[in-house]
Amino acid sequence: MRSLTHPRGYRDPAPSRLSYRLHRLALTPHLRRAFVLGGPLVAAALVLTLIFADLERRAAMVSWYHGVVDQIQNRKEFAVNTVSINGALDPLADEIRARMDLRFPVSSFDLDLEAMRAQVEALDAVESAHLRIRKGGVLDIAVTQRVPAMIWRTRTGLQLLDAEGNRVSSLGFRDERADLPLISGYGADRAVPEALQLYAAARPVLPRIRGLVRIGERRWDLVLSEGQKVKLPEDNPVRALEQVLAIDEAEELLSRQVVLVDMRMPRRPTVRLKPKSAEVSRDERVQQLGEK
Amino acid sequence: MSDLYQTQRAMRAMRQAALQRGVIAILDVGTSKVACLILRFDGSAVEGEGIGALAGQSAFRVIGAAVTRSRGVRFGEINAMPETERAIRTAVQGAQKAAQVRVDHVIAAMSGGGPRSYGLAGRAELDGMAVEQCDVARVLASCDVPDFGEGREVLHAQPVNFAIDHRSGLSDPRGLVGDELFCDMHALTVDRRVVANLIHCIKRCDLELAGLVSGAYVSGLSSLIEDEQELGAACIDLGGGTTSVSIFWRKQFIYGDCVAMGGDHVTSDISKGLQVSMSTAERLKTVYGGVVATSMDDRDMVEIGSEETGDWESDRRTVTRAEIIGIMRPRVEEILEEVRARLDGAGFSTLPSQRIVLTGGGSQIPGIDTLAPRILGSQVRPGRPIRVAGLPEKATGPAFSSAVGLCLQAAHPQDEWWDFDIPSTRYPARSLRRAVRWFRDNW
Repeated sequence: MRSLTHPRGYRDPAPSRLSYRLHRLALTPHLRRAFVLGGPLVAAALVLTLIFADLERRAAMVSWYHGVVDQIQNRKEFAVNTVSINGALDPLADEIRARMDLRFPVSSFDLDLEAMRAQVEALDAVESAHLRIRKGGVLDIAVTQRVPAMIWRTRTGLQLLDAEGNRVSSLGFRDERADLPLISGYGADRAVPEALQLYAAARPVLPRIRGLVRIGERRWDLVLSEGQKVKLPEDNPVRALEQVLAIDEAEELLSRQVVLVDMRMPRRPTVRLKPKSAEVSRDERVQQLGEK
Repeated sequence: MSDLYQTQRAMRAMRQAALQRGVIAILDVGTSKVACLILRFDGSAVEGEGIGALAGQSAFRVIGAAVTRSRGVRFGEINAMPETERAIRTAVQGAQKAAQVRVDHVIAAMSGGGPRSYGLAGRAELDGMAVEQCDVARVLASCDVPDFGEGREVLHAQPVNFAIDHRSGLSDPRGLVGDELFCDMHALTVDRRVVANLIHCIKRCDLELAGLVSGAYVSGLSSLIEDEQELGAACIDLGGGTTSVSIFWRKQFIYGDCVAMGGDHVTSDISKGLQVSMSTAERLKTVYGGVVATSMDDRDMVEIGSEETGDWESDRRTVTRAEIIGIMRPRVEEILEEVRARLDGAGFSTLPSQRIVLTGGGSQIPGIDTLAPRILGSQVRPGRPIRVAGLPEKATGPAFSSAVGLCLQAAHPQDEWWDFDIPSTRYPARSLRRAVRWFRDNW
């Protein structure tokens, strides 16, 4: 029998078993997909890893990136050159400007509008503020000012309060704002709405009112001219005041020789007369009794 | 027989899996060539008015084809396994490359192995009930199996005909009512060793066998038109090492046989007669061959033109074409006479129509259409396989009739005995499966 093995260098036209199996393996759908898709992905990941493995190159990349970002942010299209403040009068506008301390031109990317708004609203005289950057590089600040509704006399001076009791500004003299009602006493600013209600209720005797005094941070005294005083209760003072005014209208209580009307117990109003008139009244009573 | 039943069922399950996947390869391992076609089943059958089912071949498409010279095969049987394995690898790799798809399942045809046909008959009681699937299984199981002989394996066992009481010629008895059910079954056996060699060879190529079919059957399937299959016809596949004979009647394969002579014998005759090599003889046969000599052929000088011996006198010989024809004709006549003897033995002359179709590479010999009628009878025609979608032009010739037939068989398999469940009586007694089967059959 002749040798079954082929001589050296003989090449069979048929594929070898190895190449046949490899070819079949290459045609396996999953493997094929992994190769077609995963191969390029792995290669790309490898290239990127090799590029970024160098520390210097990475730093250069980062600085280049920041340079590009700065370049874009500092374009003149994004620059803010002026600020316009609406709704605030001059002293307040100047104060806002000083508070924000902006050096123009500034890029609109560097402005934190939310923080600036908080900054503006931190001012006492500002109720709310809206900030936006208008076309043409204008920072637009729309301010709603607080409206003073009351004067609060404290130990250190006069303060203007708005209807909620927030401080607006200081006041030099009472006569500067003679139109506003006056309150005083510790903690009076926390009860401004109630004070306003009381003033509204006391309209008939308004010309005689000197002011409201907060007593013990819980109730009000209404001080009238000639030293007259109405002590109001803690609960429902408006109703008590209306009661006093009704008596006044019917009996002209406050035009008499009365120093104090005590309404702290509304069911038992108490009146204190002037010392002199009390004696007079007692004499009259004695005479009446004597005649009998 | 039960062992074979299980292997055939396993192969059937494998084919179902392959069809689910949508890709299957068919492999025709012949004596002269190995052909591999890759089919894709995508379910996109062309339908419409005037377009029939086209025997089911519109359901698939050939996406890759490769043919290579066969090695290590003689008479349709493997006799040098490493060589054959290399040839199969070449064909499969070529087809995979063309299709860009990996195939794991393959349906193979076998033409050798000395096929023998048997007609079996079975009968079962019905008791006036309608026939159901289990009754069909019962009657198929009741066929009395003859002794096939030592080392024979059943390749096909197809129910060919059913009869209920006195009505015969039923193709599908299910639902019919009667007292007795009869069946005729056609069994084809081949040599077990030949089958084992082929299976082993395919396994060595990392492929799963999803079916094994007789080459005679599939070449008839692709070459005979539907009317011929219905009325009765024989298909003669003149292959390289074997000549397969199959007879169809009523669209059923009723006889298959094989003559162990083919085109290679013609070539070797030329080689011996003219003292030339086999490759030169093959060239002379295909270019100048024929079986009917005319006076013109005496003057037609053919240069042998080989450069094998280096001797001018020997290599520059000329022969007349008539000489070549004179060598070829006796061998072709011998093959056809042997086929005639097989057909007579099978009782082909009793069929209503006696159409004979010649196919295979040998049917391309010029003049065979005048020679064959003298031996086989007047109704002889040369046939080529039906066209299937996507088949390359080089694979449409009559030499590919068994490959194309395998495609059709893969798309529309014939019911075989093992496609039906074993009736409960065949299970061992006291088996749980027998009880389950009995319940399923009776309720």
